Amino acid sequence: MSTAQDRDAIITIDRVSKRFGPVTAVEEVSFDILRNEFFALLGPSGCGKTTILRMIAGLETPSTGSISIDGRDVSTVPANRRPINMVFQSYAVFPHMTVYDNVAYGLRVSDTPRAEIGPRVIEAIDQVQMGEFANRKPDQLSGGQRQRVALARALVKRPKVLLLDEPLSALDAKLREAMRLELSQLQRKVGITFIIVTHDQDEALSMADRIAVMEAGKVRQIAPPGALYEQPANRFVADFIGRVNLLDGRVRAAGNGAIRIDVKGLGELALPFDGKAPKTVTVALRPEKIAVSKREPRARQRVVVRGRIHEWAYYGDMSYMYVDTEGGLRLSVNIQNAARTTVDSIDIGDEVWLSFAPADTVVMTG
Amino acid sequence: MAATAQRALMRRGRPGPLDYTRKLWLRAILFVTFALLYAPIVALVAFSFNDSRRNIVWRGFTFDYYVRAWNNDALLEAFANSLTIALIATVVSTVLGAFVALTLWRFRFPGKPAYEATMALPIIVPEICMGVAMLVFFARVGWPSGGPWPLNLSAITIAHISFCFPFVAVVVRARMAGFNRELEEASRDLGAGEWQTFRYVILPFMRPGLIAGALLAFTLSLDDFVITFFTSGPDTVTFPVKVYSMVRFSVTPEVNAASTVLILITVLATALAMRFQNPARRERRQPRP
Repeated sequence: MSTAQDRDAIITIDRVSKRFGPVTAVEEVSFDILRNEFFALLGPSGCGKTTILRMIAGLETPSTGSISIDGRDVSTVPANRRPINMVFQSYAVFPHMTVYDNVAYGLRVSDTPRAEIGPRVIEAIDQVQMGEFANRKPDQLSGGQRQRVALARALVKRPKVLLLDEPLSALDAKLREAMRLELSQLQRKVGITFIIVTHDQDEALSMADRIAVMEAGKVRQIAPPGALYEQPANRFVADFIGRVNLLDGRVRAAGNGAIRIDVKGLGELALPFDGKAPKTVTVALRPEKIAVSKREPRARQRVVVRGRIHEWAYYGDMSYMYVDTEGGLRLSVNIQNAARTTVDSIDIGDEVWLSFAPADTVVMTG
Repeated sequence: MAATAQRALMRRGRPGPLDYTRKLWLRAILFVTFALLYAPIVALVAFSFNDSRRNIVWRGFTFDYYVRAWNNDALLEAFANSLTIALIATVVSTVLGAFVALTLWRFRFPGKPAYEATMALPIIVPEICMGVAMLVFFARVGWPSGGPWPLNLSAITIAHISFCFPFVAVVVRARMAGFNRELEEASRDLGAGEWQTFRYVILPFMRPGLIAGALLAFTLSLDDFVITFFTSGPDTVTFPVKVYSMVRFSVTPEVNAASTVLILITVLATALAMRFQNPARRERRQPRP
């Protein structure tokens, strides 16, 4: 459980818009980022997530609205006076300086007492395990090492918030995986707020405490990873995070925490739903929530339909398939290849039974 | 096995379409080009050691004419003039060119393409036109041609600056095109002000371009003849102009000797400039064990 101190906002973004000429990059965005949390801005490219990050850093000025850091409006505070540091997408490690000088730069230009600089720089370099490379120039380092330098260079300033712009996008797959874990550990260790911008949902889901999903300059949902996946607020979020079957439903009746809807190809469903129901809704059904069996399942609480395998793909641990239901609906389903023989029992054209629990669906109005 | 054998056969057989250095006719062209380009220079240098007054037939080796050139006061004065002009023109045009390059790299402003084109004009305009224009200009405004040394060189120096700084600007601008703007933002983000960012991040990146541009300006100024000829007075003779006037009487090895020294200086400066323009070709420091 979060304590009261954890709960207060370190950054407040209040009705912020950013226009570049005729293009609106960010539109009326408001949200809080909490103290010490790992926050992710997730969205497709061009959704405005990097613009928000740059406005927090002070590298861009909001067209309207305001940004507060630790309760102080920073609209008039230039980037070099904000208690915030950033790890750039290209890392932006100064090529003519050694690792040591790169890390020391931020302290030297800000009148830090000389005696303090040395120990702090060494501590920061050690923190990212670059101790033995302190005298190297950036062109003698690998991409991953350069990123560590960028991290140390930002952390040595002891910022209140660390911003990371697509930090893992330039690394290869193996290193990316390792860096993810390392960033999470680092964040817990230094105990400051991390804000990461990414277009990779796995990155956001695995690292962040909370994620803001953005689309076309707007925030579509802010939630912890689990809630985002299991309780998406709208079609876009459901579709952007993971795989999903999106079913259009016509509302027949609503009330008492449930809704009766008609889904083409599935028939009438009774699903849990709170609030005021519009005429049509979207039902999100994750592929892994659907059970597949050769024989008709005896499950009274579940929705059961018959179908035929249209296509399937083997992924080692999983098999992904498309099943056409009797009503003419194509559902994406995946099964765990739990037994070594599972793979032999699947073939295109096979008749299968699908079933799912109504509680595993999400009814969305947006 | 078969593939290796085939490759070995190919190597010995007819040259491929891109194997230019293995084609005889191409090597011939290469050789003739170099010969035509360098034969006159080699002859000039060789004959500077010729022990002959008329300098047509080789009579024997001597350093005499280097000594004689050294003792020729008028030649030395011209040489001092040239160096003075070149140094001043280099410093001023490097600063000016760097500012032009930074302006063009950093800012967007109305009329920028026109400004850029105008800036490059001295590179394009034929030297003879520049020379005449300078002559007319200085006569028109009544620029003082006399005065004590080195004030009497002011007209030539100004003319040199005006055709040198665009070269500096072009070189520095090309260098800045490769600058990652995130470096500047990172510097600001880390707490540096505008001036600190310029001093510690932008200027070090610019340095190779500045040095290359300065050396280019130095060589251009040092051997310029046409524009200098139109802007120099009787008391302000530069080295190339002096050599020209000496040649009009007779080509003595003294002229060859003086020219050889000039070639040496020019080649050295150009080599340095090229080296600084290509920082990638500088050997990389070995990683420490």
